[in-house]
Amino acid sequence: MSGLRSKHLLGLEGMTAEEINLILDTAASFKEISERPVKKVPALRGKTVVNLFFEVSTRTRASFELAEKRLSADTVNISKAGSSVAKGESLRDTAENLQAMKIDVIVIRHGSAGAPHFLASILDASIVNAGDGSHEHPTQGLLDMFTLREKLGGIEGKRVTIIGDIAHSRVARSNIFGLVTLGAHVTVCGPPTMIPPRIEELGVRVETDLNRAIGEADAVNVLRIQLERQKVNLFPSLAEYAVVYGINRERLAAMKPGSIVMHPGPINRGVEITQEVADGDRAVILEQVTNGVAVRMAVLYLLCEGGSKDKSPSIEDVVGEKSDSRVN
Amino acid sequence: MDADQIRRAVKRISHEIVERNRGVKGLVVVGIRRRGVYLAQRIAEYMEKIEGARPPVGALDITLYRDDFQVTKNIQTKPVVGTTEIKEDVTDKAIVLVDDVLFTGRTIRAALDELIDFGRPRQIQLAVLVDRGHREFPIKADYVGRNLPTSENELVEVKLIELDGRDEVILGEMEE
Repeated sequence: MSGLRSKHLLGLEGMTAEEINLILDTAASFKEISERPVKKVPALRGKTVVNLFFEVSTRTRASFELAEKRLSADTVNISKAGSSVAKGESLRDTAENLQAMKIDVIVIRHGSAGAPHFLASILDASIVNAGDGSHEHPTQGLLDMFTLREKLGGIEGKRVTIIGDIAHSRVARSNIFGLVTLGAHVTVCGPPTMIPPRIEELGVRVETDLNRAIGEADAVNVLRIQLERQKVNLFPSLAEYAVVYGINRERLAAMKPGSIVMHPGPINRGVEITQEVADGDRAVILEQVTNGVAVRMAVLYLLCEGGSKDKSPSIEDVVGEKSDSRVN
Repeated sequence: MDADQIRRAVKRISHEIVERNRGVKGLVVVGIRRRGVYLAQRIAEYMEKIEGARPPVGALDITLYRDDFQVTKNIQTKPVVGTTEIKEDVTDKAIVLVDDVLFTGRTIRAALDELIDFGRPRQIQLAVLVDRGHREFPIKADYVGRNLPTSENELVEVKLIELDGRDEVILGEMEE
């Protein structure tokens, strides 16, 4: 086993199937630790992890912090409000000051795509992307794949439909990159205004008719309608979205038996998914949250202990020619 | 050691454990991954034949408790993290820890640390198939299949049917 090639987790784009499977296999072992009376192992004792969150978060932030603590790492949490970012300090200055305090890992969430890549190019610390703008959210993609693998018994050849605002969703992009690499058949579905042009080039099928998109699916991943990211109205009203693209009891009944419903949270109950479906027995939403801690433990463990300690890539290396990521 | 010698040693260890603990009540046999787990299962089977009752068997993966991460950082063969399975409550139980080879004692130190995170056992005993000496910690086995005097650059390899297709203990030279 050769471990991960990079000491950073910036995105699932470009990762090999072997690397993704290593993370998922390691996560399977880590899952048991959270069931123990003492939910802690000494694997990352003496390592310092900074959670640098420039955007609000409940799940991802708590999940990363619990993962770090269960591996015995020391953690520091910094959010935009209450830090010198509010005084106008630049990302570079914030990051270089943190590095001067001898930290090992930075988990960063930022509203701009590429912010984690920028940090990776200037710092020695390992960088974990916890969501950058509309670009990627790799640990969410990994925990979704972990849940799929656990529930469906595998990923290769399975049909996964992602529904919602594909254009603005970093969850969708990370899922697409990872799932396509592992050989799943991915369909994206949503209002045409929310489907980015040329998305087919990532290896997915586009379907605007919801009933056709979910009929053959082994799993549907229902995205949250991100009202905070919409600068223009991409659909007439929430009520209309709920009618045309919401997952409700009737649509669930039309899906394949044994298929599952996922949602990255937080849920807009009654918009993209009804109360009944979200709380029903086909939904695996809370299991995704449980799995998130195990997946993040695996990522932190592999980056700290397994990742090759090569020198940090330059910003050109990490972004390369594919700097087409939208910046909000 | 050949297959017959391994079988006799494991059988004798099982008898000794039963004798010393006056049966299997309150015992949990815990194997250290990977080969210790198979030896633990064999011991539990013999104990069932001897006493008519089978003690619970657990598995311990000590990867996350190792003290040599820093040392092995750049080695390509990183240990893969396995799963620990301790379903029993270990508090007030007598634990028989099982491993294939006892060498420096560092693996056992890690296993003791991990085991104690699951509760407070009444007692922990140690059973090994081969004790090859060269301890770096004050650790001693309670049950030993075979004492095998070795030099430090020799390699003791235990092969088990469950994993390797045959039962055998091989003494070889370490590759430089």
